[in-house]
Amino acid sequence: MKSKKNPFLELIQNNSVPIMFIIICAVCIPISGFSPGYLLNEIITRMGRNTFLILSLLIPIMAGMGLNFGMTLGAMAGQIALILVADWQIWGIPGIILAMIISIPISLLLGLFCGKMLNMAKGREMITSYIISYFINGLYQLVVLYMMGPIIPIIHTSIKLPRGYGIRNTVSLLNMRQHLDNLLAIRIGGAKIPVLTFLVIAMLCLFIILFRKTKLGQDMRAVGQDMDVARNAGIKVERTRIVSIIMSTVFAGLGMIIYLQNMGNIATYSSHSQIGMFCIAALLVGGASVERASIGNVFLGVTLFHLMFIVAPSTGAKITGDSMIGEYFRVFVSYGIITVALVMYEAKKRMAKSKAGKMLEDAQGKGEGN
Amino acid sequence: MDKTGNEATIGINTKFLEFIRGFGLPRFIIAGFLLILFIMAPFVGADFATQITNTINRFSWNAVMVLAMVPMVHSGCGLNFGLPLGIISGLLGATLSIEFGFTGATSFVMAAAIATPFALLLGGGYGWLLNKIKGGEMMIATYVGFSSVSLMCMMWLLLPYRSPTMVWGMAGKGLRTTISLEGFYDKVLANFLRINIGNLSIPVGSLLFFATLAFLMWSFLHTKTGTAMTAVGSNPVFARASGINVDKMRALSVLMSTWLSAIGILVYEQGFGFIQLYMGPFFMALPAVSAILIGGASVNKASIANVVIGTFLFQGLVTMTPTVMNSMIHMDMSEVIRVVVSNGMILYALTRKTEAKT
Repeated sequence: MKSKKNPFLELIQNNSVPIMFIIICAVCIPISGFSPGYLLNEIITRMGRNTFLILSLLIPIMAGMGLNFGMTLGAMAGQIALILVADWQIWGIPGIILAMIISIPISLLLGLFCGKMLNMAKGREMITSYIISYFINGLYQLVVLYMMGPIIPIIHTSIKLPRGYGIRNTVSLLNMRQHLDNLLAIRIGGAKIPVLTFLVIAMLCLFIILFRKTKLGQDMRAVGQDMDVARNAGIKVERTRIVSIIMSTVFAGLGMIIYLQNMGNIATYSSHSQIGMFCIAALLVGGASVERASIGNVFLGVTLFHLMFIVAPSTGAKITGDSMIGEYFRVFVSYGIITVALVMYEAKKRMAKSKAGKMLEDAQGKGEGN
Repeated sequence: MDKTGNEATIGINTKFLEFIRGFGLPRFIIAGFLLILFIMAPFVGADFATQITNTINRFSWNAVMVLAMVPMVHSGCGLNFGLPLGIISGLLGATLSIEFGFTGATSFVMAAAIATPFALLLGGGYGWLLNKIKGGEMMIATYVGFSSVSLMCMMWLLLPYRSPTMVWGMAGKGLRTTISLEGFYDKVLANFLRINIGNLSIPVGSLLFFATLAFLMWSFLHTKTGTAMTAVGSNPVFARASGINVDKMRALSVLMSTWLSAIGILVYEQGFGFIQLYMGPFFMALPAVSAILIGGASVNKASIANVVIGTFLFQGLVTMTPTVMNSMIHMDMSEVIRVVVSNGMILYALTRKTEAKT
């Protein structure tokens, strides 16, 4: 039936979200009045900042667990590691590497918890991982606001609250700021290209590509296709799912450290809270869906989404005279795009189900006819 | 009857364990914690009557929004994380009622009247959407709520509101983030028949209003339509076989839930005394969801008793922890405790194996 369709039309249909974003950006860029050089520079900076984080979402999608809203857990692990490193006054590249090393065991633990919980809630992984991120956020606040000081020693008053325990709202990473980006950076016509950061991202991409070909990667895809079939084939489904979440959490932790070294400070109580939403929205803008996402989606998504992010506030201000409109608009688009993706995914799933039911019915009918 | 003492204790022990299992360990811990807080309160110098007053007050603000969870749980749509959608219709009713110049108690009635068509419209669309995506309701409900709140953030700025009590003074347009209800329907229900005994003050009007709605809900669930709705929730295949229109029942439950949350936010506002716009409704779903779960509801079962018990326990926790904890250890950990308890409760309900079947 579908083979008769115009291939060009099908291409548009399959990539409707990115195309819509290209149109939004194409309309907004001239109105916003930013120069192409400025935009290019901004996009490259944001690409270096965010890509690693977004890549961490790919593995759970492969294992059929949907969008991992629990990536916030990794972000929190990364922040705890950075706070500790900042307190020990280990700066620059050694500080970044040390923070990455510290973040890994924390991410492992959180990922294990998240994976176990998600195994108890099969079929509703996304809402569960979403609530887990809030739950762990409460525990994170408990650790950072109350336990850092009396239980976990914090020496420097610059990051401690005046009351003697807890961490300040912002922790400065000035001595670490963009150290990873600036090492080996190349400047081309005013735009700085953070080569080392891109190398790290490329390494992760390579890892994901190679990982797909390993036994574990194949297992994950099998689990993602059909859990029961995978179990019958002798794959340890629960373990595979936990491993995929742990990997995602660990990568999210590392990604958060890359993100924060670029920003140059940690908003202790809010940096992590929005990161999951923006990363997921960016991935979806790139044309990914809940069950299928590629590295190409990540790069396209990060470019388009952040282009919209840069131009929306000033475009909104130019059109309506109120800068807040653009701010709200980009938040609305982020949420809206996730909503649309989720609706499309569920509707498709349901359609496939009813189609399978119909096929079964037809087959039975034929059987009876014969 | 002629059991020896030893056997009797064992019997009591197993009965106790069974009771805990049925009640759910987290619920037990929360109830116990609250009990300890109430016992501790006089010792740390907190006035008992004031504490009770605060708890009852907050109960009366929130109970209707928690009640809004009931119909959707009954029809099998799960917990209504899309509560903000109904709240938005309530906010539209509230702001329009003030814009049209109603004051005093009339403004409350008019707010409810104006909110109703919005709630029916939004709820209808929302119900239609949820029928398209059976099985994934809760996640999509969450994001429908979020996107509608952020859409309305733009609308509050752009809609042509002119009432000087509501818009920004300097610009003369765009609604303020918080709008005082003084002169409008501030405490209009709470002050109706209010009983004051020393420090104890009971907002009888608000409680009566909730009781009426709760009774209506209870009687609805016992009508033919209500029973059909419950049947849809507990076994959709069976319900369809017995001639019930499943989609219609589900849509009706969503409509009721949306309308109740619209009324719920109005009740909340009259108690609180302010309208909160913009990101205000954003996180209102989670406390309501966890309240009904604390009260003993699950993803597919909820009763009016769950609403009452849950709201009381949850709001008790919210009001008691700051005062008692503060005076005990001089640390305000109430916010952290609230976040951990409410989300832990939702997590517990979502991960129960018996309920994970869809």
